[in-house]
Amino acid sequence: MAKITLDNLAHSYLKNPKSEDDYALKELNHDWVDGEAYALLGSSGCGKSTLLNIISGLLQPSQGRILFDGKDVTHAPTAERNIAQVFQFPVVYDTMTVRENLAFPLRNRGADASYIEARVNQIAAMIGMEAELGRKARGLTADAKQKISLGRGMVREDVNALLFDEPLTVIDPHMKWELRTQLKSLHHEFGHTMIYVTHDQTEALTFADKVVVMFDGRVVQIGTPQELFERPAHTFVGYFIGSPGMNVMDAKVSGRTATVGDVTVDLGADYAMPKGHVQLGVRPEFMQLTSDRSGLPARVRRVEDVGRHKIVRLEVMGKEMAVIMAEGSEIATDANYVQLKADAINVYANDWRVAPMGESA
Amino acid sequence: MNKTVNQKAWFLILPVLVLVAFSAVIPLMTVVNYSVQDTFGNNKFFWAGLEWFDEMLHSQRMWDALGRQLIFSAIILAIEVPLGIFVALNMPKKGFWASFCLVLMSLPLLIPWNVVGTIWQIFGRVDIGLLGYFLAKIGVDYNYTQNILDAWITVIVMDVWHWTSLVALLAYAGLQSIPDAYYQAAKIDQASRWAVFRYIELPKMAGVLMIAILLRFMDSFMIYTEPFVVTGGGPGNATTFLSIDLVKMAIGQFDLGPAAAFSLMYNLIVLSICWVFYTVMTQMDKRDGV
Repeated sequence: MAKITLDNLAHSYLKNPKSEDDYALKELNHDWVDGEAYALLGSSGCGKSTLLNIISGLLQPSQGRILFDGKDVTHAPTAERNIAQVFQFPVVYDTMTVRENLAFPLRNRGADASYIEARVNQIAAMIGMEAELGRKARGLTADAKQKISLGRGMVREDVNALLFDEPLTVIDPHMKWELRTQLKSLHHEFGHTMIYVTHDQTEALTFADKVVVMFDGRVVQIGTPQELFERPAHTFVGYFIGSPGMNVMDAKVSGRTATVGDVTVDLGADYAMPKGHVQLGVRPEFMQLTSDRSGLPARVRRVEDVGRHKIVRLEVMGKEMAVIMAEGSEIATDANYVQLKADAINVYANDWRVAPMGESA
Repeated sequence: MNKTVNQKAWFLILPVLVLVAFSAVIPLMTVVNYSVQDTFGNNKFFWAGLEWFDEMLHSQRMWDALGRQLIFSAIILAIEVPLGIFVALNMPKKGFWASFCLVLMSLPLLIPWNVVGTIWQIFGRVDIGLLGYFLAKIGVDYNYTQNILDAWITVIVMDVWHWTSLVALLAYAGLQSIPDAYYQAAKIDQASRWAVFRYIELPKMAGVLMIAILLRFMDSFMIYTEPFVVTGGGPGNATTFLSIDLVKMAIGQFDLGPAAAFSLMYNLIVLSICWVFYTVMTQMDKRDGV
């Protein structure tokens, strides 16, 4: 297990990248703390798999260094890095039995037979495949195969890190829960550094201690699920995390108040005079419909009842927004205004969050 | 659902019946007809029963030809399959050179059999052939028209030259279908090159290789034109394979009865080997499904 340091790392798939746009992964400095579980979250093509493949050594970065516990491994081959990786689609050795599959990484490293035997049984118990140990891997279902892949990833105890590249894509929803829970308990038990790539926010938020949100080749925020929810550092994080995502509206901000259209909104903190394209971001959870003729004028478009709560789709000054209301609550017919909860408003300038005066950055 | 019974519907399959009759059934029946009759010429035939079959089963000449045929097929399979796999493994995976290699590999496959035969017939000649002349120059005693071993080597090298591409292309297609993740996982598992071949590449190629082996076996088992053009079956009968012998008997000696009897047995051999291949392949599929 090791601390993984990314130093000035960037990657482009082009030979001679000219502008920043040519980089699939833009310059990045980050320490992955030993023994933490990270989720790498972002939409398809945002560079998360690129980053993962650089860490595992399947890809050589075009610039920067990777250090494992301070040792430069940028150009070290995958085998030397001693990491484990689980891929999106199950990779099993078809002609081997489940037992041979699980033993394969250990056998290649010359572990002794009794250790392999014990370890394989332990892993098989973990992934719940003891009964299938003697069977050929070919012909098993996709989720059984993926469990073997997971097991093969975990069979070595001394790995520096465990990398997961959207490993649960092919798994049935009910199995997803089970496997994710197992992964989490494994993490608690063995304390491997885990990096888990996904585009599913639920997966990311439930699995990880820290979530790394990527957008367009850039890491836009690293934080706990709570931080991502309450203080999204970038409007993308606001949109991407939360269901539905954060409402964003153009505004003029000056000191403690903002003007949205011709309505003045209290911000609850002093933001001075942010420059650039200024927007307010408010989560649907912190907006409220009212008939009080105060707040932003709104028209209810439709109501979606998702069981635990209602999502009210609104049109506010020509833009679509959403408000979350409690399951039992009624929507008044004259509820034509929406109010924002002052301390839940975030201010953005050119998509990046502006910290209010006095907030420690 | 009520179906209307209309026996006239049988007429709908009549065109197919006619086609199949003319393309397969009638020619085959002609052969069957010949195989049970004898003639002393003048287009008069009389019943001979299973006499020809009996004669053919005890004909040393046919057993020899069959033996040569099996040895030939075994040798070219033993060379072409591993060589084809080796070539496929070393072909570039993408880019200009991949396309270049593919075109280069397909070239021998596009040349008609008799042209291949002619090419090698001339290529190997000691007086004017590039290969034969060169070998003679450096002191190798090579003459495919007189030396049995030389004739065999020439015919086998020619077949390898002509058909290894087919195995290579099929194996290449099999290799191309392996997702990158498998190779990456193998790297992470620290698998050796041999283990990658044994546990990833070979299993993924098994299906196409089976087809390659089947095709190459069938084709080599029926080989006629190329050795006929190069060696004419000689020296002596050394490279007289089954088809060549059959044609000699049927057209050269005009022994229609024995030739017909033998071609039916030849047909049965081919069919039964096909059946074995088919069974093996479906058994493998079944094992996949478990």
